[in-house]
Amino acid sequence: MIECLNLEVTAEQIAPDAPLYGDGLGLDSIDVLEVALVVSKRYGLQLQSGSADNPHIFKSLRSLSDHIAAQRTR
Amino acid sequence: MSSLPLVSHVAPHSIVAWRADGAVTLRQFLAEVGQLADLFPAGGQLLNMCRDRYRFSVGLAAAIVAGKVSLLPSTHTPEVVRQIKALAPDAFCLTDSDHCPVDLPQLRYPAMAPAHPETFAVPQIEGKQRIAVVFTSGSSGTPQPHPKTWAALVGSVRAEALRLGLSDGAPWTIIGTVPPQHMYGFESTVLLAWQSGNAIGHALPFYPADICQALAAVPTPRLLVSSPVHLRALLDAGLALPEINRLLSATAPLSAKLAQAIEARCHAPLLEIYGSTETGQIASRRPTHNAEWQLFPGMTLIAEGDSWRVCGAHIETSTALSDLIEPTINGHFLLHGRIADLVNIAGKRHSLASLNYLLNNIPGVVDGAFYMPDETDREAITRLAACVVAPGMDAQRLLAALREHIDPVFLPRPLLFVDALPRNVTGKLPRALLKRLFQKRSTLKSA
Repeated sequence: MIECLNLEVTAEQIAPDAPLYGDGLGLDSIDVLEVALVVSKRYGLQLQSGSADNPHIFKSLRSLSDHIAAQRTR
Repeated sequence: MSSLPLVSHVAPHSIVAWRADGAVTLRQFLAEVGQLADLFPAGGQLLNMCRDRYRFSVGLAAAIVAGKVSLLPSTHTPEVVRQIKALAPDAFCLTDSDHCPVDLPQLRYPAMAPAHPETFAVPQIEGKQRIAVVFTSGSSGTPQPHPKTWAALVGSVRAEALRLGLSDGAPWTIIGTVPPQHMYGFESTVLLAWQSGNAIGHALPFYPADICQALAAVPTPRLLVSSPVHLRALLDAGLALPEINRLLSATAPLSAKLAQAIEARCHAPLLEIYGSTETGQIASRRPTHNAEWQLFPGMTLIAEGDSWRVCGAHIETSTALSDLIEPTINGHFLLHGRIADLVNIAGKRHSLASLNYLLNNIPGVVDGAFYMPDETDREAITRLAACVVAPGMDAQRLLAALREHIDPVFLPRPLLFVDALPRNVTGKLPRALLKRLFQKRSTLKSA
């Protein structure tokens, strides 16, 4: 994620439960689209807004990786 | 010019929109517009925050019919809402969300009753009626208002419909990935459908899979109104695309390579629209056929030093363009990027001077400057950087303070804390010195 977004942090500095949006890591919607592309390529999983739990998926690194782990096709 | 109809649809049963539960007829739409207008408070101006594009369109139409002005700021940060309150003390907010953060009196979008069959008339709107006010970032940090009249907006989108070939009576359905709250989505997804007798798709799809779903949910022919960021994601996602019959892109120029790849995948023409908040749209091109832009009929470019103004057709007073332009022949021109002070990140524009003003106004910041790195890869988004002198302040606090004022896409990445800015002897901060500072740092980082 750090690589694809060119972020100014190291992997160790991202707290698993810190918010990805806003005050935490400070991701914005362009970043989310980039992350979604990487996720679709690496894990064969298309993220979608339609599902009711979507706001939770990007809540933190932990919720994002839980979602990927549950839905991945490769 | 006296009055112009709210929509160019005529028959009561013609389809003006598609929402989750199916088609909305003109009769139903006008009935809902009337119901919403009856609920409006006395205030003369509103912030229409409806995320659903159909509800946004009902809110806009109700405002027009009730003689109220829709305010379209470029972002909705707490500070911008405070500034709007100061400019328009009677403003209220129309929302279709339970969690709307806008600090204005709120009107919740209501549940609508079915239409009454016997009452039916398309409202006629005075051409000189003020419909909307759009805002650009002023150099002193205060948003600059640009009022739009009904005649100007209608003229602009009717010219656009002709360029896009949407007036063939198909009827088309427009799916947009851009929100209707900004000038591009406002004109090209809502007003364009209204004034070409076509239908609005209610969705605001975000992920590539959402875009496919929104397209598949409406009949063909379909027009996809989008931006380079979303189109690239859609192409890269490798999904099976539903039939798309025409594509429109704006906010930033599309590379010829990406345009070719999109046309090849969709088997449909892709057009680009060029314009600005101040002028509305003024030109179009098909990037796979021509790098030159063609002005809309009746428009002319006027030289003013090194920059250009545009006038004619729907542009009521000649307006300066903030991009570097090279006119060629017969109303055609080439675009050579932005004028130095203006940054454009994923279609959001901000003046560098105003970003610097806001940065230096944050308590604890002694000195600071934003820096726009050279764009290296046309497909990737280049982000702003900034360096600051702010002893005792950390990045998190500074970014939180900036987030109050500016859209997150303008937050600096990297944000560099330094002891002093590389000012020259006259106290000026040449871009070359800033560039060297950031280059030095990235060499250190990769070493």
